[in-house]
Amino acid sequence: MSKKVVCRNVSLGYEGRIVTEKIDFTVNSGDYLCILGENGSGKSTLVKALLGLKPQVSGDIEINKEGGSGRIGYLPQQTQIQRDFPASVREVVLSGCLAGCGIRPFYNKAEKKRAADAMERLGISELSRRCYRELSGGQQQRVLLARALCAAEDMLLLDEPVTGLDPKAQTDLYELIAGLNKKGVTVIMVSHDVNSSLRYASHILHIGSRKQLFFGTVSDYENSRAGKAFIEVEGGAEDE
Amino acid sequence: MSDTIETLEYYFSFPFARYALIVGLLIALCSSLLGVTLVLKRFSFIGDGLSHVAFGAMSVASTLNFFMLRLTKDDVSENTKGFARKVIELIADTNNMIVVLPVTLIAAILLLRTGQNTKIKGDAAIAMISVGALAIGYMLMNLYPSGSNNSGDVCSTLFGSISILTLKKSDVKLCIIMAAIVIGMFILFYNKIFAVTFDESFSKASGVRADAYNLLIAVITAMIIVLAMNLVGSLLISALIIFPALSAMRVFRSFRSVIICSAAVSVICAAAGIVVSILFSTPVGSTIVAADLAAFILFSTAGAFIGRSRG
Repeated sequence: MSKKVVCRNVSLGYEGRIVTEKIDFTVNSGDYLCILGENGSGKSTLVKALLGLKPQVSGDIEINKEGGSGRIGYLPQQTQIQRDFPASVREVVLSGCLAGCGIRPFYNKAEKKRAADAMERLGISELSRRCYRELSGGQQQRVLLARALCAAEDMLLLDEPVTGLDPKAQTDLYELIAGLNKKGVTVIMVSHDVNSSLRYASHILHIGSRKQLFFGTVSDYENSRAGKAFIEVEGGAEDE
Repeated sequence: MSDTIETLEYYFSFPFARYALIVGLLIALCSSLLGVTLVLKRFSFIGDGLSHVAFGAMSVASTLNFFMLRLTKDDVSENTKGFARKVIELIADTNNMIVVLPVTLIAAILLLRTGQNTKIKGDAAIAMISVGALAIGYMLMNLYPSGSNNSGDVCSTLFGSISILTLKKSDVKLCIIMAAIVIGMFILFYNKIFAVTFDESFSKASGVRADAYNLLIAVITAMIIVLAMNLVGSLLISALIIFPALSAMRVFRSFRSVIICSAAVSVICAAAGIVVSILFSTPVGSTIVAADLAAFILFSTAGAFIGRSRG
């Protein structure tokens, strides 16, 4: 198994203020890592650091480029702009291929093929001419997932993908992501949802308000102190 | 009917009417292309803000002209007089562009920067720059009037009613060159503009230089606004940018069809506006905007019917 992402003693923060520090974890090829933590614990700052959008305050983040593109397919949280954006599904998915274009102004055949394949994989081929804003929330997330697969086939970074979906669509999306993971796609997911994380993920990274509370496999997490406390609070609250 | 055609033939036998038509259609095309992006990026008001900046810059140019003119009559050395004459010539040759374009460009870049998280939020920044530039511009125009009919000058700068019919051949050339650049850049960067507009953070994460393309959008916007000043004046530019995009978005559902439809609507409305303004001697700028408004109402109605039949 090759190492895909290695974080060593990383501190994160913005405007000179450190939000969280001593983050250490490794993601191997084929892993399914869930990043848990309360609001304001630095989850989204960690995502930005992993994507290279915002540098970490200190420490190392290594993204392994061997045996893959070295790129990360990103599924961001939806923005207000997208909700009423006139765009067909095909246009959105194709835009995932853009980074490979460089200065070439238009898409070539290989890129169009890749977009078609990604839509096929996620079962949205028949939607390809539909308008993005008229789809259901679950379908929209599939479209964005297909776009992420166009950008990077072997590693996905998902930022709270099920937010705003109804329970059925949430389950469908989790199953879909698990299916991709079984076929060898490395998945890193930021999540609020402890129960689903425990069910689908292979590893858990739990960030507290100041520092990393836990990193390891799911079964270790369930027996750890941080895990027990969090599962009781969060999991209990959701069962009500 | 044949009377109408005769009147039109008579008018278009004059070069100034043909120039006005060419320039009008080109500007309408350029502004509608970019309008879709600006509306979707929530920058509808940037056209308004920048056009007021351009108005301010124009009055600065005419003030500069005023001082240089006085300098040539003053008792100063021959060198200074020569310099002053050169400045006057430069301003006149480029139709104020030498001052207006760079100022508007800088304002565009500043405004699109503040769109991201800075101390003053995007809409407030636009309102501030827009009103500030308008006030300074009007003040300068009053203090140092360039002609005897000052309120007429101000009015034509704001509403562009007369200047379109006073275009020189050099203006038309300049306009064609700038329009070609805008259209060319838009086609070349079409896919990038789409990606950056739809999802900036995804584009950045997958290695697209989103900031560079935002800058490009700002530069093209500024160019279009400076161009459109001549046609509809600085108050009505927003209409050229916003209306065709909104009309197209009522009916069409993919980015490409919206762009194409918006360009078509804009060009047709501009042509209709110019023809009507010649036939009924109405002001050009406001007639074009009225045509755009009519098209918007038409498309909204059509959109509502399509929506109902689908639902």
